[in-house]
Amino acid sequence: MFYEKDISGCGLSGFIDKSKKRVSGEEIIKSIALQHDRGNGLGGGFAAYGIYPEFKDYYAFHIMYDNMNALATTEELLHKDLLVKHYEKIPVRRTLKIPTHPILRRYFVKAKPSEEEYELLDIESLDEDDFIVRLVMRINSEVKGAFVFSSGKNMGAFKGVGFPEDVADFFKLDEYHGYIWTAHNRFPTNTPGWWGGAHPFTLLDWSIVHNGEVSSYGINKRYLEMFGYKCTLFTDTEVVTYILDLLIRKHKLSKELACKVLSSAFWKDIDNMDDIDQKVNTALRMVYGSALLNGPFAILFAYKNGLIGLNDRVKLRPLIVGYKGDRVYMSSEESAIRIIEPDLDTVFAPKAGEPVIVEFEAEA
Amino acid sequence: MLYKSFVDSFSDYIIDRNEDKCILCRICERQCSYEAHGFDKKNSVMTKQDHKCICCRRCEAMCPTGAISIRENPSQFKRNSNWTASHRKNIYKQAETGGILLVGMGNPTGKQPTYFDRMLLDASQVTNPSIDPLREPMELRTYLGRKPDRLEFEEKDGRVSLKTKLTPQLKLEYPIMFSAMSYGAINYNVHVGMARASQKMGIYYNTGEGGLHKSLYPYGANTIVQVASGRFGVNAEYLNVAGGIEIKIGQGAKPGIGGHLPGEKVNEEVSRTRMIPAGTDALSPAPHHDIYSIEDLRQLIYALKEATDYKNPVSVKIAAVHNSAAIASGIVRAGADILTLDGYRGGTGAAPLVTRNNVGIPIELALASVDQRLRDEGIRNHVSIVVGGGIRSSADVVKAIALGADAVYIGTATLVSVGCTLCRMCFTGKCPWGIATNDQSLSKRINPDIAEEKLSNLIRGWGLEIKEIIGGMGLNALESMRGSRHRLRGVGLSESELDILGIAPAGK
Ligand code: SF4
Ligand code: SF4
Ligand code: SF4
Repeated sequence: MFYEKDISGCGLSGFIDKSKKRVSGEEIIKSIALQHDRGNGLGGGFAAYGIYPEFKDYYAFHIMYDNMNALATTEELLHKDLLVKHYEKIPVRRTLKIPTHPILRRYFVKAKPSEEEYELLDIESLDEDDFIVRLVMRINSEVKGAFVFSSGKNMGAFKGVGFPEDVADFFKLDEYHGYIWTAHNRFPTNTPGWWGGAHPFTLLDWSIVHNGEVSSYGINKRYLEMFGYKCTLFTDTEVVTYILDLLIRKHKLSKELACKVLSSAFWKDIDNMDDIDQKVNTALRMVYGSALLNGPFAILFAYKNGLIGLNDRVKLRPLIVGYKGDRVYMSSEESAIRIIEPDLDTVFAPKAGEPVIVEFEAEA
Repeated sequence: MLYKSFVDSFSDYIIDRNEDKCILCRICERQCSYEAHGFDKKNSVMTKQDHKCICCRRCEAMCPTGAISIRENPSQFKRNSNWTASHRKNIYKQAETGGILLVGMGNPTGKQPTYFDRMLLDASQVTNPSIDPLREPMELRTYLGRKPDRLEFEEKDGRVSLKTKLTPQLKLEYPIMFSAMSYGAINYNVHVGMARASQKMGIYYNTGEGGLHKSLYPYGANTIVQVASGRFGVNAEYLNVAGGIEIKIGQGAKPGIGGHLPGEKVNEEVSRTRMIPAGTDALSPAPHHDIYSIEDLRQLIYALKEATDYKNPVSVKIAAVHNSAAIASGIVRAGADILTLDGYRGGTGAAPLVTRNNVGIPIELALASVDQRLRDEGIRNHVSIVVGGGIRSSADVVKAIALGADAVYIGTATLVSVGCTLCRMCFTGKCPWGIATNDQSLSKRINPDIAEEKLSNLIRGWGLEIKEIIGGMGLNALESMRGSRHRLRGVGLSESELDILGIAPAGK
């Protein structure tokens, strides 16, 4: 029940192309590599969206295994519960910078509940997504040595121990093409040698890169447990992922309102709002107070339809946003944007607690 | 054997009067409601009867020349760790009276651990900055009442508004309320002080089971009215004028028995408010005679909601006992909006000594197990938890909140702030500080204006301290502290105690 505090400072970067034009991983690598000094070589990672068009209707499972035993146990679970359309080793490039790595596999799957499971799902009125979430939770918490990097459709998380540019090289990210990219450079002082501990954290197609520390972790975790989420990783960021899943997917809150839960308005401001907004914000704090993310943070939160950047309610960590044509860039540092797009239309620092939400035009 | 009464034979305290300083003003004589001081006219000297002194220190405070000090009598019974002096004294007293030994206030023995003192709080260093409450907003606002599991919103004309209809809530600017102390047990002036301070500070006070004096109706919005087994003073107006209603099932200082107000304290005003004849004992039955099971409780909860048009949240107060967790779950499912847990160390105006010292469990353990149980059942949101019975400082408040409480009740601390010195003789009706008495002249010792100020100061002071502590943990809203047990560490606790409290040992 106790967790080791994940003490970290970090750099992050991400961008979205609103017209869904896919671009190679080279740009994001350049941007995060510029923020080299924000990490210490103990964790780097990327999330990429739109990279698997040929399997876009299948959940893409990226899984790491410590040993063949974990692989065998997990694959048994997968084949029992899922229809596995295709699976393969995640292609990697041998590099000197990443001397060792876990076993890495990806699977393109659909849910295949047994009759009994189907009935259980039906009783609890759960859907295919819930089924996948449960399976991911089960693998992560029950199979020793196995960990699901990501499980969304047409997206994937690539992460490991090393500087992000080296991790990218290792995963050959220059060969992938996506319309949303996020990246993270980690400075952990704890639990260093584990690939699963790097960002992004994901669930279904939500992925989070997070620069910050969740001072409210204790209650966030206990709150999530009430809704069946198991926080297994012993790190802060996991709770952010699950809170967003709960609020947006399960409770059907809009992205804006979900952000108002994570980074809620101050009472002094709520008291000055008009009646409608006052009711909305008061109710959010009354009901979802346990999900407020207290402490310093900047997060980039990507999902199948868009990218969101959000700061904590007093803005204790940096976040800069830049616009250029169909592209919107978000990063810890302006220089990390300018290195890939020197000629920005606008650039600004979002205010504390005010989300920047960018969605694809067609599906918005 | 003793041919005089025990109390007359031995004195626990010695009244030490410095004759050089004494100016024979006789103030001490008038101030002592226990008649321990006297004046010998013939010889023109002050006299004293040490055995009558109950160590309230009133005379000491009032003596204009500082001539008095009250000391513990160093002459004691022969030491015996098993047969302590108090065991012996109790037997002497009981052999005299053949009755139940009555006591006031909470258990003073300190024989059971005070878990608050064995828990330490966290603070931020480097990676998450601590927040300075003098420079940044630091929020303590708290809403008590049933919350839905999720909210629904609707969009009209491009504006998002709340669709879910919320049940009534109590809005608190500080997570602290003045706990149930009935009018009668304490006097009108103290009630006025609590009512005004509650309004001023944006919190609530609880009437206790003695009804609500009509002149205090204007403070109704900051009042929680109690419905106890005696139903004293309960009528439709009483229920409707209040902000919240509390059904009192039990009390931490005396679980399993009802309130008892001796007839001596029932004067005209008390009699009118309680709706009982003056001078009669106000004895609350041990159970509610219409509640013999959880379904019956449900009926009373809904009867009260009906009577107030569903505009007041209903709290149910129980004493912390062995299976509080299961009882709490039943209470939440029965429809209570607030669950009040009153711990073993709680105070009282009068309780049998044997009950106070031996029945119930410490609030920390009850709170921890109730909070966890409600979470395990997925119904923690459906109720707010308020705890009382052992809160002595702002640190206790923060620790209780970290264990899972939404707010706390303070009773003893409330009285101490208006001058109570914990002499523990509240049941005599002779409170020398003018608190637990309805005696006309003694009651005047409480000035409602000053009481209001002291009570408000206490809440403000604790509020500032709470802000310092949570700011030091890098938090700026109390809800991030609530139930956040990983900000607590235990010192000197057994594995099973740590497990029940849901905390790690210090160093881990
Ligand atoms: S009972 Fe109180 S007022 Fe009387 S002598 Fe003792 S300390 Fe003084
Ligand atoms: S109050 Fe003080 S000065 Fe006055 S009579 Fe008593 S002891 Fe003497
Ligand atoms: S209220 Fe009065 S009688 Fe009771 S303990 Fe305090 S000072 Fe003594």
